Amino acid sequence: SRFTQQELPACKPILTPKWVISVFLLVSIVFVPIGVASLYASRDVVEIIDRYDTDCIPVANRTDKDLKIQYIQSSVEKTCNRSLRVPKHMKPPVYVYYQLDNFYQNHRRYVKSRSDTQLRSNSSANDTDNCKPEDTTSNGLSIVPCGLIAWSLFNDTYSFSRGNEQLDINKTDISWKSDRDHKFGKDVYPTNFQNGNLTGGKKLNSSIPLSEQEDLIVWMRTAALPTFRKLYGRIEVDLQENDVIQVTLENNYNTYSFNGKKKLVLSTANWLGGKNDFLGIAYVTVGGLCFFLALTFTVVYLVKPR
Amino acid sequence: MKTRGGRRRKLRFSKLYSFACGKASLKDDEHSQIGRPGFSREVFCNEPESFEAGIRHYGGNYVRSTKYTLATFLPKSLFEQFRRVANFFFLVTGILALTPLAPYTAVSAIIPLVIIVAATMLKEGVEDWRRKQQDIEVNNRKVKVHQGDGVFNYTEWKNLRVGQIVKVEKDEFFPADLLLLSSSYDDAICYVETMNLDGETNLKLKQALEVTSFLHEDSDFRDFKATLKCEDPNANLYSFIGSMEFEEQQYPLSPQQLLLRDSKLRNTDYIYGAVVFTGHDTKVIQNSTDPPSKRSRIEKKMDKIIYFLFCILFLISFVGSILFGIATKDDLKNGRSKRWYLRPDDSTVFFDPKRAPLAAVFHFLSALMLYTYFIPISLYVSIEIVKVLQTIFINSDIHLYYEEADKPAHARTSNLNEELGQVDTILSDKTGTLTCNSMEFIKCSVAGTAYGRAVTEVERAMDGRTGSPLVNKEVNGFHNMKESTDSKSPIKGFNFKDERIMNGNWVNEPRADVIQKFLRLLAICHTAIPEVDEETGKVSYEAESPDESAFVIAARELGFEFYRRTQTTISLHELDPVSGDGVERSYKLLNVLEFNSSRKRMSVIVRDEEGKILLLCKGADSVMFGRLAKSGREFEEETREHVTEYADAGLRTLILAYRGLDEEEYKEFNEKFTEAKNSVSTDRDTLIDEVAEKIERELTLLGATAVEDKLQNGVPNCIDKLAQAGIKIWVLTGDKMETAINIGFACSLLRQGMKQIIITLESPQIQALEKAGDKAAITKASKENVINQISDGKAQITSASGRPVSYALIIDGKSLAYALEDGVKNMFLDLATHCASVICCRSSPKQKALVTRLVKSGTGKTTLAIGDGANDVGMLQEADIGVGISGFEGMQAVMSSDIAIAQFRYLERLLLVHGHWCYRRISSMICYFFYKNLTFGFTIFLYEAFTSFSAQPAYNDWFLSFYSVLFSSVPVVIMGVSDQDVSARYCLKFPLLYQQGVQNALFSWRRILGWMLNAVCSAIIIFFLCMKALELQAFNSDGRTAGRDILGATMYTCVVWVVNLQLALAISYFTLLQHVAIWGSVAVWYLFLLGYGAITPTRSTTAYQLLVEVLVPSSSYWLVTLLVVISTLIPYFAYSAIQRRFFPMFHEVIQWIRHNNGRPNDPEFFEMVRQRSMRQSSMRPTNVGFTARLEASSNRLIEMNSSHK
Repeated sequence: SRFTQQELPACKPILTPKWVISVFLLVSIVFVPIGVASLYASRDVVEIIDRYDTDCIPVANRTDKDLKIQYIQSSVEKTCNRSLRVPKHMKPPVYVYYQLDNFYQNHRRYVKSRSDTQLRSNSSANDTDNCKPEDTTSNGLSIVPCGLIAWSLFNDTYSFSRGNEQLDINKTDISWKSDRDHKFGKDVYPTNFQNGNLTGGKKLNSSIPLSEQEDLIVWMRTAALPTFRKLYGRIEVDLQENDVIQVTLENNYNTYSFNGKKKLVLSTANWLGGKNDFLGIAYVTVGGLCFFLALTFTVVYLVKPR
Repeated sequence: MKTRGGRRRKLRFSKLYSFACGKASLKDDEHSQIGRPGFSREVFCNEPESFEAGIRHYGGNYVRSTKYTLATFLPKSLFEQFRRVANFFFLVTGILALTPLAPYTAVSAIIPLVIIVAATMLKEGVEDWRRKQQDIEVNNRKVKVHQGDGVFNYTEWKNLRVGQIVKVEKDEFFPADLLLLSSSYDDAICYVETMNLDGETNLKLKQALEVTSFLHEDSDFRDFKATLKCEDPNANLYSFIGSMEFEEQQYPLSPQQLLLRDSKLRNTDYIYGAVVFTGHDTKVIQNSTDPPSKRSRIEKKMDKIIYFLFCILFLISFVGSILFGIATKDDLKNGRSKRWYLRPDDSTVFFDPKRAPLAAVFHFLSALMLYTYFIPISLYVSIEIVKVLQTIFINSDIHLYYEEADKPAHARTSNLNEELGQVDTILSDKTGTLTCNSMEFIKCSVAGTAYGRAVTEVERAMDGRTGSPLVNKEVNGFHNMKESTDSKSPIKGFNFKDERIMNGNWVNEPRADVIQKFLRLLAICHTAIPEVDEETGKVSYEAESPDESAFVIAARELGFEFYRRTQTTISLHELDPVSGDGVERSYKLLNVLEFNSSRKRMSVIVRDEEGKILLLCKGADSVMFGRLAKSGREFEEETREHVTEYADAGLRTLILAYRGLDEEEYKEFNEKFTEAKNSVSTDRDTLIDEVAEKIERELTLLGATAVEDKLQNGVPNCIDKLAQAGIKIWVLTGDKMETAINIGFACSLLRQGMKQIIITLESPQIQALEKAGDKAAITKASKENVINQISDGKAQITSASGRPVSYALIIDGKSLAYALEDGVKNMFLDLATHCASVICCRSSPKQKALVTRLVKSGTGKTTLAIGDGANDVGMLQEADIGVGISGFEGMQAVMSSDIAIAQFRYLERLLLVHGHWCYRRISSMICYFFYKNLTFGFTIFLYEAFTSFSAQPAYNDWFLSFYSVLFSSVPVVIMGVSDQDVSARYCLKFPLLYQQGVQNALFSWRRILGWMLNAVCSAIIIFFLCMKALELQAFNSDGRTAGRDILGATMYTCVVWVVNLQLALAISYFTLLQHVAIWGSVAVWYLFLLGYGAITPTRSTTAYQLLVEVLVPSSSYWLVTLLVVISTLIPYFAYSAIQRRFFPMFHEVIQWIRHNNGRPNDPEFFEMVRQRSMRQSSMRPTNVGFTARLEASSNRLIEMNSSHK
């Protein structure tokens, strides 16, 4: 057969100058417009970033790391007021994020420290093998949700007002639907959570099932990199240019131990997502590079035909 | 009746030949060793059940060549498997994966390993099963064995016991090493063909002791008893020391009585023998060393690369561990947790800041597991699969199929396919490999006129090249002749076509008288024996050598039919030139002056019917021309010219001459001759020679004959192509030097104008020493002699360097023995590598193997040995690749070869096409394998660096383990099977392409590291582009950000796309299958993600509904994929565009030519190809092959012309 005789029909492409140049041209023709479009999309997004981790510490405690930690671990009221100016009109929904820095949510010990079965159904509440040391309370009762991830749940809170007008934050539907529906059970309620002698992060209302604890769900979908944003909620009103937004936040979360920054981010989103010029720039650059290469090759082929 | 016929014939044989080997020369000192250590064997003949035989307990005759038995298969093959470093590594990581150290689940790590080991073991098992089948065949052959009371029954070979008496009949193989007791001949001689042992086709004479020669009937063995004491089993084929106690008498035994297993009984109706050595004790099996498991050069290098990758792996893991250790230690200071969310205060040992060094050590192990993806686990198994498929291609290639014998090529091991593309030196056997081992009378020159129009193989090959009118004419003549002879079936040994002589037409030639004498001489001067088929009246001949029978056949066909020989007469049917009728004549045979290598001639003295005494002589030109009488030199000049012509064409020439003797002279001679013959002194042979010398003078020249040692079809052509491909060809043969040189000419390995450096010990000085018999002195002198000759040769070459003279080295077996000694062999090799062709003649199997080893280890290049007989086994096994010719000569060579082909000429396609392809495929495949795994592994590493080196993989567990198996292996396997840089036609058209393999251009470290660098670049581009593009901001319009799952899946998508498209860029031959594989792999990834995402989230964890819910609806995902994939490929694309354009490799040049075909050809480009070829060939000028011969002869012509002017 033609197969065993190795004579199957085949195309035998070789890189002729024509091919090389046209491939490069094609790439640049496709890439540059995409890049420009992406850049536009990215520029279109309005983003307000406010770093507050230092500013929300009393001046006296700011000087030293230990003092910061002392402050954050004390049980005093840690309310902090910030005001943000809207640089440009922001169309709803305006997404509210918190951004942590130098926080290794992707550390192997951290990532593994959860129990998917336990989160899913009531019946596997004792399935806490991976959760050490946050698996059981000191008297042996299973913690739901167990593990380091849940235990270290972010617990700063934000509330926004514009002038005297309170801006509501919609905290529903900030997590992925599949998580709510299938990964976090409707019949699983937090039990024994944050009852140990060492409190990590946020406490959960034990009367609300996990599938509705969206902050937890978002948090449990661990970030890829040590600097990350997570969705906190949505503001569903227009924010006009030069509006001043008053933020009242409770600065509870300890990032001072590991020198992490904390930022509050308000951002709109469009078809491409949030504000990131990188994609657009990369597209334009690669497209341009290809155009340049196409030109170079053309010149080279013309000058030195063979 | 049969017996009697045999006896009658025997009488003639023993009269005619005085076989030197017939006389057993026994030396007492050797026999005194019997019974001492090393000579302890005792055999009790014909009483295998006796008590003494029982305690001795020698092994049975079962021969096993399989690697495993049923019981040992599992442990042994598992052991073999895990002896491979990579597999062992995977085993260790697989076991470690069961511990909490593992960065992924254990199952996902172990399943691929199990699949791969199982597949390889299956292959091993099947191969061994085949060997088992062959063993069963051999062990179940039947032989007649004495069962007691004089009854002989058939038994399987495997049941033979030492001491049993067997009866072997004509043309059967000996089942074990036997002591010859008696034969169908009265004096207990028998003829043995030892082709399977040493490849020699002539029959050997063996003779039993006289005391046992009376045993002619089965019943004689009823009460036969004898005891044998002899040496222990050893591998020396040509020695046997023992003694037999028979009827209370001791008789010494010599090799003369020993019949070796795997040799064949010929011309003897039956023999009786006692089994001495069985099974693995037999000399032939002792001689066959275990087939060495051969691994190709590429595979060895691949191991090095794997070690190199291991180093990288360990280095990276080590660095990672240190950084991890530091970070971990930092987590807890003065009881205060830094990264409190990791609970460093209450940690397991793997992350415990208090025991950070220990944690680092454990991390090192985890990291090793994580980076196993650097080492392609599926590489070995993919290569095995590809190789098996490649073997199938080789086996089923119609162009390697020999129709006449229904024999396709057969690759017996699949390990060495790519090695076929790297052969630097071919070591070839001669008989049965280059030649068909049949002689044909093809031309003659009588009375200064050349007759014979038949075309030799070489001429035919050269025809195709030149198309010169002269040759065309001959071809036309040949065609005309063909028509007239078409009706006749071709006669073996006779390929002479000339209407001037045939069918009795010679009588009309001007010098019919000379022709008559010439033909008569052919019919008389020989030692052949006619056998008349009584029914048809046809005569056939049995002769000592095939060229001798060619002469007699030629005489018969030309009208001088020799039909009867008695002790004293030779009878012919002759054609009478006067009457034109056939007449019967008989000549009285007076003396036979035998042929030997120093005389290089033979003569007979006969008295014809008129009473005239004639001395008829034929011999080599070197000795004959000097013996001509002044009056007999009439045609000397023309004859000399013809002889040179014939010799250059590789024909074996003999000069025919005669002399009339008068009674006086003869009487005187006969007295002296008889006296010499009857003398018993050691110099008897010398005396005979001296007497003969005196009579063989004053001869009258008749003419010359040319016999073609028939080359196999297409051999010169094939050798030419191989030479053009830059492959060196050495001929190692057991033949005489003259024969070997002839063949050298015939194959165009030698040609006129080539300087021959002949190293031999046939010098008078050495011969004198040999006569003196002082062994030490001989050795010393010989060694010195050889060294001198080698350094002389070297000096010749160095002095001639710069001049376009090429050299040929011809060395004989004796000299070779010294040349292969430790101090000398490098000198010898140095000389040999400077010669265009090397011919070793008279070499023993062992020497062949040694030469092969020398070339292999000395030059460090790949060697290929090709042979057909059992004498080539050592060579085949020693060489990097052994190619067996599955001809007529038994199966030994084939059994120990790696690849068997039917004809030498298939070597061309095997090497230039399959070899090149396989080499290219395997090397690209390996490079690519490392590329794809490094790319993948490096993204994992880069990601890990961003997880504070906590050995957290970027991807989901099952993404990891299926990477090699599902998403990237199939296309590369298809490439390994079907990629072709240039088509078969172009491979053969541009043999120089083969040099890519020899110089290992496609698997050089530069190329390998280049691919690795490419991998690192790809990984960096993929990782950083993905990371930056998905970093912080919302991933989609719903404002959700990208987590570990999304980044991982996106990166993984990019990696799958990149490695598959990278392959597509590297491929030059896109079949439909290839398309399906490449695009299929990418599609399978999406399908996998879809399917995997649909199963329960406890299994799929981070991949749950990832594709449908998250990735597909998001434009960033698609845009990032597009960006990353294209950007990653651009560097390689640009590089290869530049490289192809400005620094093309040879195959790319050929691709260009193919591409430009049909369009007006680009002359500049052709020039470039030519220059390139020149440049490559200038490294090693092609000096052999008929292309070179044509060139040389045209150069000679030009020189001649210019000198005339």
